[in-house]
Amino acid sequence: MSSFPYAGGQPPTTSSPAQDDDEDPVVRPFMLTNGRTQPLHDGLRIETLLRAAPAALSAPLRFESRRIVELAQAPMSVADLSVALRVPLGVVRVIVADLITQGFLSVEDQPAELSTSLIERIRDRVRAL
Amino acid sequence: MSGRSREPSAAHPVAVKIVISGGFGVGKTTFVGAISEIEPLVTEAELTEKSIGIDDTSAVSGKTTTTVALDFGRITLDDALLLYLFGTPGQDRFAFLWDDLVDGALGSIVLVDTRRIEDSFPAIDYFEEHEIPFIIGVNRFGGAQRFQLEEVRDALGVGAGVPLVECDARDRESVKNVLVSLTEEVLVKRTEKANRERAGSAW
Repeated sequence: MSSFPYAGGQPPTTSSPAQDDDEDPVVRPFMLTNGRTQPLHDGLRIETLLRAAPAALSAPLRFESRRIVELAQAPMSVADLSVALRVPLGVVRVIVADLITQGFLSVEDQPAELSTSLIERIRDRVRAL
Repeated sequence: MSGRSREPSAAHPVAVKIVISGGFGVGKTTFVGAISEIEPLVTEAELTEKSIGIDDTSAVSGKTTTTVALDFGRITLDDALLLYLFGTPGQDRFAFLWDDLVDGALGSIVLVDTRRIEDSFPAIDYFEEHEIPFIIGVNRFGGAQRFQLEEVRDALGVGAGVPLVECDARDRESVKNVLVSLTEEVLVKRTEKANRERAGSAW
């Protein structure tokens, strides 16, 4: 298995002597949210699919927000974004909720309840993997 | 209802979640890794007082965040259907994350190691209490004594209504079989519920 996805965890390199005295290169996770830990938007599950409007690409967004609207041009789950950004789920939730509030991101509508035929389809597709 | 019973399409995919649970070291990571198409780990940063003094070796004053690694897998079933697998954290002190993980799940798989059967009790209690469809996967470890499934059922204290399946978490086909068994159980539970409701409305 490859490296552990810590937020901001960078492998120490020989070309950055500035880090020599730093034994803890891990960025405190909620630094990315200015210390906020509660998302502005409830109901974001780990598997919630998000989609960014194409127009969000030209919005003045930076860093993680920018990456999220790029990645979510196709539907991406909160967990997928967490893996792609190597940022903890709780932090992604806060940033995603901000982007929803700002209108750059929307939650992909899901059926209120899965139909029997859909569950059968899941079963058959898993069997065929 | 708001007419949300549409079928999924490539433009509007549906995400389905299955929770993989069981004691610490029971094989959840292996199970998810055997079938996932991505690196099976994600982290959760939780603000908690509980971890202070347990894993805080950094002497940073005021550190109140702990990072928990969760098993995470994704399986693209077709262009409109995504299956996500999430492992519950094995240590009891992260039990507060469970509600969040389990909310909206199709069902759950509780993995059992017959050498430490009691480790699976909290998970079984949780899913019984929350009425979430679940099955038990008896993970076969090399060197562990093999038991008849009915012996395992007795030791677990679960009724005949809970399916038990043998599995090898390292083996993709075996993992697939467990996932298929869970979807069957979800369908059974759904039929039972519909029958109960029909019987109830006859009164």
